[in-house]
Amino acid sequence: MNKSAYWRANLRLMAVLLSIWFVVSFGFGILLVEPLNTIRLGGFKLGFWIAQQGAIYLFVILIFVYAARMRRIDHQHGVADD
Amino acid sequence: MAWQTTEMDTTTLSYLFVGLSFALYIGIAIWTRASSTNEFYVAGGGVHPIANGMATAADWMSAASFLSMAGIIAFMGYDGTVYLMGWTGGYVLLALLLAPYLRKFGEFTVPDFFGSRYYGKSARAVAVVCLILISFTYVAGQMRGVGIVFSNFLGVDISTGVIVGMAVVFVYAVLGGMKGITYTQVAQYVVMIFAYLVPAVFISILITDNPIPQLGLGDTVNDGSGESVLDKLDNTLVGLGFDAYTEGTKDTIDIFAITMALMIGTAGLPHVIVRFFTVPKVSDARSSAGWALLFIALLYTTAPAVGAFSRLNFINTVHDQPYVYIDDWFKRWEDVGLIAWVDKNADGAVQYAPGIPFAGKPEFTGQLTEEGSRAVTNPPSDTRNEVYVDRDIMVLANPEIAALPGWVVALVAAGALAAALSTAAGLLLVISTSISHDLLKKTLQWELTDKQELRYARLAAGTAIVVAGYLGINPPGFVAEVVAFAFGLAAASLFPAILMGIFDQRMNREGAITGMLAGLIFTLIYITWFKFIDPVSNTAEHWWFGISPEGIGTVGALLNFGAAYAVARFFPAPPDSVRQLVERIRIPSGVERPHDHP
Repeated sequence: MNKSAYWRANLRLMAVLLSIWFVVSFGFGILLVEPLNTIRLGGFKLGFWIAQQGAIYLFVILIFVYAARMRRIDHQHGVADD
Repeated sequence: MAWQTTEMDTTTLSYLFVGLSFALYIGIAIWTRASSTNEFYVAGGGVHPIANGMATAADWMSAASFLSMAGIIAFMGYDGTVYLMGWTGGYVLLALLLAPYLRKFGEFTVPDFFGSRYYGKSARAVAVVCLILISFTYVAGQMRGVGIVFSNFLGVDISTGVIVGMAVVFVYAVLGGMKGITYTQVAQYVVMIFAYLVPAVFISILITDNPIPQLGLGDTVNDGSGESVLDKLDNTLVGLGFDAYTEGTKDTIDIFAITMALMIGTAGLPHVIVRFFTVPKVSDARSSAGWALLFIALLYTTAPAVGAFSRLNFINTVHDQPYVYIDDWFKRWEDVGLIAWVDKNADGAVQYAPGIPFAGKPEFTGQLTEEGSRAVTNPPSDTRNEVYVDRDIMVLANPEIAALPGWVVALVAAGALAAALSTAAGLLLVISTSISHDLLKKTLQWELTDKQELRYARLAAGTAIVVAGYLGINPPGFVAEVVAFAFGLAAASLFPAILMGIFDQRMNREGAITGMLAGLIFTLIYITWFKFIDPVSNTAEHWWFGISPEGIGTVGALLNFGAAYAVARFFPAPPDSVRQLVERIRIPSGVERPHDHP
């Protein structure tokens, strides 16, 4: 078991997921909401939909992706708890 | 009055639903009695991750989420995004940055982590102060919510309502501790989400024929206009002189700061963190956060639909309606003072427009006007708007506005109580735990056996309920304002310190304590200044960087990080035992259940 390799793999995964988290919620949902609102998604303006619906769905997905990936990383490094 | 017959039925049904749900909660409490501190503090560490996810969702979603949020969004439009993203996005931080490590740490309380990681009583004491400050401000609002539901649905006065609510929480929190609370919260989640979704589905069908509110929000209004709900709302509001619903009025920087403060505040709230101490394993803590957010998202993605539908419904049933023909719900809420009407242009009809109809809350003369509305003494403002409407009534009034059957209204009452009671119980538990475990046992170092500690925990829970009930009956005038406090303080004090404790081995107690105090004091002063000392200047041009008191926790958190790193450099690195502790919590394997006799 290599503790620092495990920790680096964890940090890398976190960095990727948190970047997506930030770009979609703060980037698309807040900073870029006006330009995105010119695009339509059915009866929604895209920016508005991301801010009030899409970002929340994404948050749920991000956590489950993290849980599943980490389970694999845990096993690869022999530090799994099950 | 014609509505009295239907209202009688609704009240009877409300009693029935509320009574049945209370019986269920108490039944669960008796079935899940706690017999050790381990069970009382962390439910024995054996809760299934999905059950814990549901319990966390109920714990998290308070009376404010259930009752107020959709109404706030209805009137804020896009700006309501701060609550929708702010109160959900924090779970990503919790799942990735805190929950798995704190579960591996494997003790009972959040201050336990501060005591071990920052080696000493002072860090633990600062954490206890933050925790109690945050939790008490929060719990007072819940008890108030209980009282309001009782008074509106069951026709009892607020004090009686609060006392009944206190008695129920007392039974299952004091008896069952975390174990009782957890399984009651699972039941409360089911009651709450059912009560929220049923009226939302009905209203979505009424307006768009689409039974799924999340999709109905983007669907076409079924009035033959061919416009989508949001387009119609935008057009209607702009036609009346309002800003478009889908475009915000707050500055981008403030939206950004408030959303961030609510997110990191969420991740730093002790009653949420502690829920992840109850699952068996580290991997369960990760997935449980996902389940929690999934259950929360069910309500949080419905809320913006409810908000938009209810605003549209409200305008359609009220604007330009002659008062004598207006629906009964309008008059019923007028009776409790949450709606008022002044006929400024003397045409006998209600006009809805931007701006306030008059300054402040309505002061009724006790006389009726010619049309039969309650006359107010408030001098009318110079806007065209004639309607005063309290935002909090939207969820409660929505089923009535949409003319849904009485059992739906009764269901909403039971759901609102479930939301308030589950959050109150979670908060009371962390308060009692921090007093019996952190204060008496660990800080004052009383020699307590497990049995004695359990007795003190129950005593503390009982006392906390009485104090919370008192605050619910006699709310300090600022209950609504203190939510900003709770989140701002959690964001500026607890979250950064825990994060640095896990991810930076070099962080020492001097740095962490300085950081917490800097963030805490700065945020306290900023909020107190603009909310209480000089509320007149609480406007964008006076705020620092254009950030409102609601969003200042973000700056407080940055200050916390900055101060901690600056100070930590001048003091020695933490001892080896702490380095080993950090190494240990970073590895999922070898998890221990919290010992029965620590």
